Amino acid sequence: MKEKLEKIKTEALQKIQECNALEGLNEVRVNYLGKKGELTAVLKGLKDVAAEERPKVGQMVNETREAIEEVLNSAIQKLEKAALEEKMKAEVIDVTLPSNKIRMGHRHPNFIALEEVERIFVGLGYEVVEGPEIERDYYNFEALNIPADHPAKDEQDTFYINGDILLRTQTSSVQVHELEKGKLPIRILAPGRVFRADEVDATHSPSFHQFEGLVVDKNITFSDLKGTLDQFAKEIFGEDTKCKFRPHHFPFTEPSAEMDVSCFKCGGKGCRFCKGSGWIEILGCGMVHPHVLEMSDIDPKVYTGFAFGVGLERISLLKYEIDDMRLLYENDDRFLKQF
Amino acid sequence: MNSALSWIKAYVPELECTDQEYCDAMTLSGTKVEGFERLDKNLDKIVVGQINSIERHPDADKLIICQVNVGSEVVQIVTGAPNVQVGDLVPVVLDGGKVAGGHDGGALPENGIAIKADKLRGIDSYGMMCSIEELGSDRNMYPEAPENGIYIFHKEVKPGDDAIEALGLRDTVFEYEITSNRVDCYSILGIAREAAATFQKLFVPPVVTVKENAEKVEDYISVKVEDPDLCSRYCARVCTNIKIGPSPEWMQRRLAASGIRPINNLVDITNYVMEEYGQPMHAFDLDTIKGHQIIVRRAKDGDEFMTLDGQMRKLDSEVLMICDAEKEIGIAGIMGGENSKITDQVKTVVFESATFKGVNIRKSAKRIGLRTDASGKFEKGLDPANARAAIDRACQLMQELGCGEVVSGTVDVCEPLKEAVKIPFEPERINALLGTDVSAEEMLEIFEKLEILKEEGTNLLVMPSFRQDLLGFADIAEEVARFYGYDKIPVTLPQGSATAGKLPYKLLIEEKARDIAEYCGFSQGMCYSFESPKVFDKLLLDADDPLRDAIVISNPLGEDFSVMRTISLNGMLTSLSTNFNRRNKDVRLYELGNVYRPHALPLTELPDERMQLTFGMYGEGDFYTMKGAVEEFVEEVGMKKALQYDPKAGKNYLHPGRQANIIYNDTVIGHLGEVHPMVCTNYSIKTKVYVAVLDLPSIVPMTSFDRKYAGIAKYPAVTRDISMVVPKEILAGDIEKTIRQRGGKILESLSLFDIYEGDQIKAGYKSIAYSLVFRDMTKTLDDNEVNAAMKKILNGLESMNIELRA
Repeated sequence: MKEKLEKIKTEALQKIQECNALEGLNEVRVNYLGKKGELTAVLKGLKDVAAEERPKVGQMVNETREAIEEVLNSAIQKLEKAALEEKMKAEVIDVTLPSNKIRMGHRHPNFIALEEVERIFVGLGYEVVEGPEIERDYYNFEALNIPADHPAKDEQDTFYINGDILLRTQTSSVQVHELEKGKLPIRILAPGRVFRADEVDATHSPSFHQFEGLVVDKNITFSDLKGTLDQFAKEIFGEDTKCKFRPHHFPFTEPSAEMDVSCFKCGGKGCRFCKGSGWIEILGCGMVHPHVLEMSDIDPKVYTGFAFGVGLERISLLKYEIDDMRLLYENDDRFLKQF
Repeated sequence: MNSALSWIKAYVPELECTDQEYCDAMTLSGTKVEGFERLDKNLDKIVVGQINSIERHPDADKLIICQVNVGSEVVQIVTGAPNVQVGDLVPVVLDGGKVAGGHDGGALPENGIAIKADKLRGIDSYGMMCSIEELGSDRNMYPEAPENGIYIFHKEVKPGDDAIEALGLRDTVFEYEITSNRVDCYSILGIAREAAATFQKLFVPPVVTVKENAEKVEDYISVKVEDPDLCSRYCARVCTNIKIGPSPEWMQRRLAASGIRPINNLVDITNYVMEEYGQPMHAFDLDTIKGHQIIVRRAKDGDEFMTLDGQMRKLDSEVLMICDAEKEIGIAGIMGGENSKITDQVKTVVFESATFKGVNIRKSAKRIGLRTDASGKFEKGLDPANARAAIDRACQLMQELGCGEVVSGTVDVCEPLKEAVKIPFEPERINALLGTDVSAEEMLEIFEKLEILKEEGTNLLVMPSFRQDLLGFADIAEEVARFYGYDKIPVTLPQGSATAGKLPYKLLIEEKARDIAEYCGFSQGMCYSFESPKVFDKLLLDADDPLRDAIVISNPLGEDFSVMRTISLNGMLTSLSTNFNRRNKDVRLYELGNVYRPHALPLTELPDERMQLTFGMYGEGDFYTMKGAVEEFVEEVGMKKALQYDPKAGKNYLHPGRQANIIYNDTVIGHLGEVHPMVCTNYSIKTKVYVAVLDLPSIVPMTSFDRKYAGIAKYPAVTRDISMVVPKEILAGDIEKTIRQRGGKILESLSLFDIYEGDQIKAGYKSIAYSLVFRDMTKTLDDNEVNAAMKKILNGLESMNIELRA
């Protein structure tokens, strides 16, 4: 019996070795291991073997089967691998051919900048609010400490609809709406479109965007204003940005300041961008004028606050190095695609 | 405002700093320096030379050869200048030196012009004699310079002296941006006071004493102010024995640096005092003043008046006039009259130094269309105290410079001066506002520099009259901040109650709109809010279309920007046209912007500002591409029901057979379509354009970001196809509505997979095929259920006159 099994094994292995196609190997499996195969036939003949010999012979048969199976399987794997490799060789592509791009649209640079600004201030606990673009004189001027006949009204070149209704010249008008609600504390950011009678050129547009920040609470200080805007500037222009606050005048803040940031192009050494000064003027700000608080029935002895107003285009033109404001309203696809 | 640093230093004698230090420190304390320029920029190796001899050039008729004593040596210089003579003292730039410009007075080159020894027509020349233009200035500023030729010194100089110094050009001109609240700083004294406080030096204003003669001013002139509401102070003084001549050089140089052309001693003195004190002055010839009487009163409507520039000006009853006993002689605060103009023959001068109401001057100047240096100062609202100080200063200069004798006394018609503003001194509150820890003593030191003094025995600070901007606590706090230093104030973040940062819901929807539009290939555009009323014709709107009721701007930049848009398409089509005509292919744009719909015109209440999401495209894609973008957005903002489309949208600007209102929940939320070919022509677009407009105020209330998991189907679906022949006018939308209604709950979805019109189909019909998917979420469907649903659907379709195909 042992010899017989040895013979089957040797024969089978010989056949496997001779095979170079999967079909041949299948044939081997059927002929030796299949239901009608030679090893199965030996197992079937076990009934003729003496009962005490049976386990031993059975074990020998199984060992033979396992040995054949092992060689057979590895031969199959080898052939399959070779076949796959052959197939992939034929499937080589030119990876440098152009891609099938998904043609996404592009966001306007002004709004990319605005979203970044909003993200920064929302993170600092500010609620974004809006106000009307066509506004009453009271909200745009009077309640901001700019009474009738104030020269600031001339300076701002306001577009009027009639004596009382105008196109807002500043998002500061939204401050007043928020103060009037009387819900304290206030931390708001008011972005939006504003209008001034400037002829269209590379640096002017009769319509542009601002965002106004307003914080009113107990114990708000000028140093808080500095800290907040310092953080804003670092986030939007880079960690190394330095801020310089200069005294200025706005009717609705006192003390007032303008903020310059160190030129992010040259780092403050002076270049074409900052006209050699190393600084770029970015925004106006200040402590909310006590009159402005009083006009909305907020006691300036209990509450203080700060406000700042920033030209959005000032940020987006600088940040993306756009040298002509007219590009923002042309909507040329070749311009928009760059953002 | 421009002025020479030397003038400031005249009143802050201890001031020692570089130009840059001055610029930085003044800017940080609130007197912003816009820029500065050295007057000796690009002037190098220029000395006084004396011409020893002149001989003709052997080979050139127009050139001469000069031997010039430049102090240390005598150099030979060849020149073509016609005006020099032996003995003349002239500025000479030596070999290796530099001048600022050419002799023609054209634009100055950035780095000047280098001068080197050279041969002129074969003769050596070791330098150049300079004209005033070559020194970077002009005859406006140096009236004594010849029109065409070398500048010749008429003052005490000797060969070898620094010619730049001798010309008063060793100086720097600073340009300041003065904020509108700081009226006092529109003057040399105001800026000098700030400079003294900034650098902590002594402020030494001019000491004004007037040597008067024995005559009395009352014998010369009387003043009556009939409209004191517009003139709170009117001071008049008289000078006699006027001798007109040039003003001294120092005065000319200071005026020139401020951009004021020196004229003669009398004019220069009034200009000088205006610069120095910030108080405009006017001088009348007494002999032209009838009745020797000045009356200040309003003009009458319709009056006309010739100003001293020879222009006829139309007046009205709000314009304040200076008159004599018979007639007007000047427009108060704006310009004097032709009829009282000073001539060189003047014998007696009346000086006026007045305080006119700022708002009135500003408005009058605007109406008359004449804004002068004087009106620019008056309109800011001047300090009445300064009017008196300035007129005395002018008279002092008249006497000291030998321009005339000062008659004793001043006619001073003055409303009671306002009482000084007093503000409580609250150092803790100031520190609390600034976030600083400045001692009370330090604050008082700052105030003292600014002439803000603490009242004896009270806690009140008394504001000086020239600081009309200091009215309350916050103003005082700013003074502390400015001179303590904005840069020294700490950097902190607000403490106190926490607030939740967030975007309002409307803006979240807009953010989603941007995401979806861009995902669909549309780029974001930005359009103007105002446009031309001609837009309505370009868009073919009916004459009575309510969209023509636009809000009109009363002072627009021109017709093109004169009405607030009521419809967003003009901006979109204009942008697409720009792209098309620049040959950009396949352009897709979207815009989020307001349109402005008045409730009634003329406007009495604020209009309805409606945010529109506008899509526009040409090139690749068609109506259904646009429709896809709309549906993508609507689904993403949680509007779960199917949109309805009504082809009877009635939009004149769209193709009549390719337009639809977009309806959700029985509400029209927008419209879309192909742009009418005539509109395309109006916008010069020679291809098909598709647009969609979504009205966000209608949409936002129906949106939701609330999502609930509905499970994933565990049981298999059954698919059935229906193919049908349909009369052409029946809309796919109606067929789908029927299928949905009749399919019941087990109809999961339906999709159109074929639509055909043509040869094989009879005329007036189209063939449509749908694939329907049925599924029950709770069990496997059996055929009977599906068959029953199909039967209902087919019956429904047949009742619509639709033929079913096998």
